[in-house]
Amino acid sequence: MTAVDAHSPYPRDYSLTGPEGRHAVEIGLASADWYHSDVPRKVMKDLMRRRDGPAIRDTLLWLVLLVLSGAGGVLLWGSWWSVPFWIVYGVLYGSACDSRWHECGHGTAFRTEWMNDAVYHIASFMVMRNPVSWRWSHARHHTDTIIVGRDPEIPFMRPPDLVMGVLHFIGLPDVIFWMRTLIRNALGRISAEEAEYIPESERPKAVFWARVHVAIYALAIGSAVAWWSIIPLMLIGGPRIYGAWHMFLTGLLQHGGLAEDVVDHRLNSRTVLMNPVSRWIYWNMNYHVEHHMFPMVPYHALPRLHDLIKHDLPPPNTSFIDAYCEMIPALIRQRREPGHYIRKTLPATARPYREEFHNAVGQR
Amino acid sequence: MAEWTDVCALDDIEEEDVVRFDHGERTFAVYRSPDGEVFATDGLCTHEQVHLADGLVLDDTIECPMHNGRFNYKTGAALRTPACVALGTYPARIVGGRVQIEL
Ligand code: FES
Repeated sequence: MTAVDAHSPYPRDYSLTGPEGRHAVEIGLASADWYHSDVPRKVMKDLMRRRDGPAIRDTLLWLVLLVLSGAGGVLLWGSWWSVPFWIVYGVLYGSACDSRWHECGHGTAFRTEWMNDAVYHIASFMVMRNPVSWRWSHARHHTDTIIVGRDPEIPFMRPPDLVMGVLHFIGLPDVIFWMRTLIRNALGRISAEEAEYIPESERPKAVFWARVHVAIYALAIGSAVAWWSIIPLMLIGGPRIYGAWHMFLTGLLQHGGLAEDVVDHRLNSRTVLMNPVSRWIYWNMNYHVEHHMFPMVPYHALPRLHDLIKHDLPPPNTSFIDAYCEMIPALIRQRREPGHYIRKTLPATARPYREEFHNAVGQR
Repeated sequence: MAEWTDVCALDDIEEEDVVRFDHGERTFAVYRSPDGEVFATDGLCTHEQVHLADGLVLDDTIECPMHNGRFNYKTGAALRTPACVALGTYPARIVGGRVQIEL
């Protein structure tokens, strides 16, 4: 692994309506043709194959565990014995919702489309994301992954705000921001940034779903006041604060400390090998390079895809600790040297990185 | 005037699959359905101009490889966002083991 300072002009404008986005379009960096590892069509077809079985099994397990842990927390309320139940409930609600939202948003979790849609809507509510806006935002994230001025889902804008990075683990900044966004959408207002990626025809749907979400949250808050009890908020909405830590533990690693403005996911995404429980909560999104390169491959086939193309990828991080030991120093260095990024050494069997645009942006 | 254009041998398209066909300046996606019929649509997704032939055929739908938008390849109808605009469709037939589309 080598550390690179691209000497790019920082601070940069990460907004979607500013000059960086226009520049990316002008030089062909937006909607570009990205690098893909070679996978024979026959094999890829098999990997892309949709099945209901794995996601039905995982969803039933998820719902049963949610009910059991939530019931345990409520029944033991007032005793310390309720704490482990809330820890489990919090992670299942406030973290697992993110991966369910993500995979069902891609439509790859289930073969049956209504199942994808149903879980997508439930998970969108839990994760406090407008189900319409975020579908479009995530589509843009895939077209223009970590392209400054184009990607609305860049977690660490350079120089990175490390305090905010830490605060994410208690879910608060996120919840405040997204709750405000939901309320704004519910009032019928779409921001200029949102208008960048949500087509006009879809905006009324975004407003409708924001109203549904806000109404349910209002009901939960109303119940808490009426019963003078925090329990309704421990069950609804609250886990997005106290249980979101695992979502950020995994999610911040996806692109943190890696390159901007490249057309090769091997340079801007990170694959991390992790324990089976985290992989279940995260629905295998730890294979993040693979997911970005081939978003049609369902979560349950990503380990197979990884085995097939790992000769063409940088070595994966071997654990959370290994990945954080790589990312944190890079983020700290980006505070002083925002052009710095982690550039991993490819194995001898890999094709070289595609980074022509990266150089083009750096030389501006 | 529209005329039938040769695409490939029927055996070049697996059942429930799609191939890309470039003709002049244009590009098409040519499908073989699970029941053996052939169909043709515009080759690029109406969302962001990605080749649909890299996507997945599921029953009578094609799923775009970029953002998983879906179209009915028999009618061209957009079925799943972010695909919102229908694809153009073209008549297709099998003659003597060859696939032809009418352009
Ligand atoms: S490019 Fe086809 S769905 Fe986006």
